[in-house]
Amino acid sequence: MATTISINGQKHTIDADGDTPLLWVLRDILGMTGTKFGCGMALCGACTVHIDGVATRSCITPLDSVGSSEITTIEAIGATPAGAKIQKAWLDHEVVQCGYCQSGQIMSAAALLKDNPHPTDADIDEAMSGNICRCGTYLRIREAIKQAAQSS
Amino acid sequence: MTIDHFTSETATPHGRISAGHVSRRKFLQVGAAVGGGLLLSLRLGLAKDDAFAADAKEFAPNAFIRIGSDGQVVLVMPYVEMGQGTYTSIPMLIAEELEVDLPKVRLEHAPPNEKLYGNPALGGIQATGNSSAIRAAWQPLRQAGATARIMLIAAAAQRWNVAPASCSAKNGEVLHEETGRRIPYGELVADAAHIPVPDHVELKRPDQFTLIGTPAKRLDAPAKVNGTAIYGIDARPPGVKIATLAQSPVFGGKVKSVDDTAAKAVNGVRQIVQLDDAVAVVADHMGAAKKGLAALAIQWDDGPHAAVDMQTIVGELEEATRSPGAVAQNIGDVDKALAGAATKVEAEYQLPFLAHAAMEPMNCTVHVQKDGCEVWVGNQALARVQAAAAKTAGLPLDKVVVHNHLIGGGFGRRLEVDGIIRAVEIAKHVDGPVKVVWTREEDIQHDMYRPYWYDRLSAGLDDKGAPVAWNHRFAGSSVAARWAPPLFKNGLDADTTEGAIDLLYALPNVHVEYVQKEPPGIPTAFWRSVGPSHNVFVTESFMDELAAAAKQDPVAYRLALLDREPRGKAVLALAAEKAGWGQKLPERTGRGASLQFVFATYMAHVAEVEVADDGMVRVRRVVCAVDCGTVVNPDTVRAQIQSAINFGITAALYGKITLANGRVEQANFDTYQMLRMNQVPAIEVHIVQNTESPGGMGECGTSAIVPAVANAIFAATGKRLRKMPIDPNELKRQG
Repeated sequence: MATTISINGQKHTIDADGDTPLLWVLRDILGMTGTKFGCGMALCGACTVHIDGVATRSCITPLDSVGSSEITTIEAIGATPAGAKIQKAWLDHEVVQCGYCQSGQIMSAAALLKDNPHPTDADIDEAMSGNICRCGTYLRIREAIKQAAQSS
Repeated sequence: MTIDHFTSETATPHGRISAGHVSRRKFLQVGAAVGGGLLLSLRLGLAKDDAFAADAKEFAPNAFIRIGSDGQVVLVMPYVEMGQGTYTSIPMLIAEELEVDLPKVRLEHAPPNEKLYGNPALGGIQATGNSSAIRAAWQPLRQAGATARIMLIAAAAQRWNVAPASCSAKNGEVLHEETGRRIPYGELVADAAHIPVPDHVELKRPDQFTLIGTPAKRLDAPAKVNGTAIYGIDARPPGVKIATLAQSPVFGGKVKSVDDTAAKAVNGVRQIVQLDDAVAVVADHMGAAKKGLAALAIQWDDGPHAAVDMQTIVGELEEATRSPGAVAQNIGDVDKALAGAATKVEAEYQLPFLAHAAMEPMNCTVHVQKDGCEVWVGNQALARVQAAAAKTAGLPLDKVVVHNHLIGGGFGRRLEVDGIIRAVEIAKHVDGPVKVVWTREEDIQHDMYRPYWYDRLSAGLDDKGAPVAWNHRFAGSSVAARWAPPLFKNGLDADTTEGAIDLLYALPNVHVEYVQKEPPGIPTAFWRSVGPSHNVFVTESFMDELAAAAKQDPVAYRLALLDREPRGKAVLALAAEKAGWGQKLPERTGRGASLQFVFATYMAHVAEVEVADDGMVRVRRVVCAVDCGTVVNPDTVRAQIQSAINFGITAALYGKITLANGRVEQANFDTYQMLRMNQVPAIEVHIVQNTESPGGMGECGTSAIVPAVANAIFAATGKRLRKMPIDPNELKRQG
């Protein structure tokens, strides 16, 4: 069954079962590989995208639940003010190591900053604790979010 | 076709990293033909290869450097990037001597070729591991850069008809200082190709370094923040299908029967592949593959290990420590010293199996055809990937092309080729390329685990509390014996014993024995900080026990034994000072120290922990002092220590793989937990500056932190934890 969804401002018609997780639509059907697979159970946050600006785990988001909502992925987050600030802060603080989780980290951080331009440490913990980084870059993530917030 | 690339775009704003270079294959054939050693596959004589000279328009003085006539510098990376920063630090070594602007270089993954890219620190195996990349690259890759620079200078000097000594190189140009003339490298490549390769090159002195020792920006960072970085799991050769699999839940089991009727009916499922011990579902996308997998009805023959549980495994190990093993180190006469000791201390320690749980789940993409096989993967041991694929596909080695990728976490898991073999087995049944992606559950339940360890120690103290005897026997799996059998000799290998022998402390009588005991059917592998991940926990915990038995401060106790090890003594003293060692802390809060010399790096940690009334442990702060000799990139050193500490704390708090009925009991991040943002301690890193040879950096923070945390818990609660991970039940407030 074909479903039409909007990703990064573009409409895509997808021929897949409605219960197909959005993650696989992005990665395998559309070839947008910036969004990563980590756990498949919303336990690690690697697959985080924005749906109408809300950080959402795409690995448990069925295709047919998206409807007319706007999906934003790592490939386009730099075009948003919060996303651009977060990406710059990530580079300034040399956050990345293996980098695999960082798409999801950045998407969670960009959603946080958009809704809360001056987050406290507790706000950062709350927003970011769903994202696992096996390289343990958390301290730099925290500093980068604070820098991005200061430039807001 | 740019299938062998780092990013999904051709360039990022700075630090361009991509590959897929037209003349690369030719270059490598040439390099392989001359058969040079690792150091420099010299292009000596290649200038006579007119065809090469005519169409290549580039200067390739060795296997690591190519400079195009457009001035583009391409560096071929013999050590893989899995987060540890090699794709910045290795280019720094080359660029320091080659005199090129680091952000402008382009990086390429080395192809499989053990002759050109073997790791001299790992017996010539083309592998990245054991924190060896900088140690292995330090001399040869600076030499590679210097050789190329000297040849470019010679080419310019010839053109100007001046003495080479009157010329210098900087920012990708040769400069004749007297006349102010300059030529960019790109305009010299054709001439430089004809210059004889110098036999000897002078390397810069440390005081001449302009790049080494600076916090140069990571070259891989831009692609990793905008989603364009390409990992193995992102490979998408045209027409690729996606497969996922179920392997026998018991190691060594087989498939008895499969009913795939329902799976085949799933929209998007294309094929079911049945192997002896696994079943794969091939589909248009992972969603369909997973749905198909869930719809399979598989009957397993569990095989000989169906009853294996922890009691069996630990019982066998405990038993093994009751019989003599191979003597790893003997100093003096331990038995005599023990007999005469004023105080005796005895303890047994245990460390669990651990999974790697890299964020990028296991995956491998393979296209098997009649006359060749192509593999897309991120792996730490690329020549082994090629060999395994060739063997499994039944093809000669030269018919297998392997494209390496950025690695979404290695930690030792990707030193193994089980995932490649599995993918080729599946791909042999599939028409066209297939990407085999393991679910997280498969990744954790079919990992190859850090071995379980059982240790038995005894020590004797004199009447002043100083140690006079140190006796240590331990049992567990030797990973090296399987991974590189020649490294295992007379019942010993250097990895298994690192951190258990050659302790920094002045100990007059030492006896260390290892008993190799492999667990029934359970595959073991290297895990971040390898042998020391076990040994340093045991030795540094036990040293703390000796200090406690002597009723002495654990840092002062250690320092008193370090007069002959000034670098070790200095890092411990520095960490203690910066941590405020000895300053009063609240109740159920404590500091613990550790010291180690492993991977050729001296490191001390002081951890500060808080133990809640319910026994839950929070690591609040870690102070690290490190002497790793010459620092190539201080920011990378800090990043790796931060990373390794968090990796070790994760293991201390949660790390445990257990088996029941032959099956691994953990499956995903709910049952195999990771440290998260809200639990991370403050981490301070203090780097000792010197110009000694560089030591390893990727792993040492992990082995050092676990004993520091355990020792801090002892300081906070008086409870000595001799078994990891931490069990909060043992730490509940009494009464």
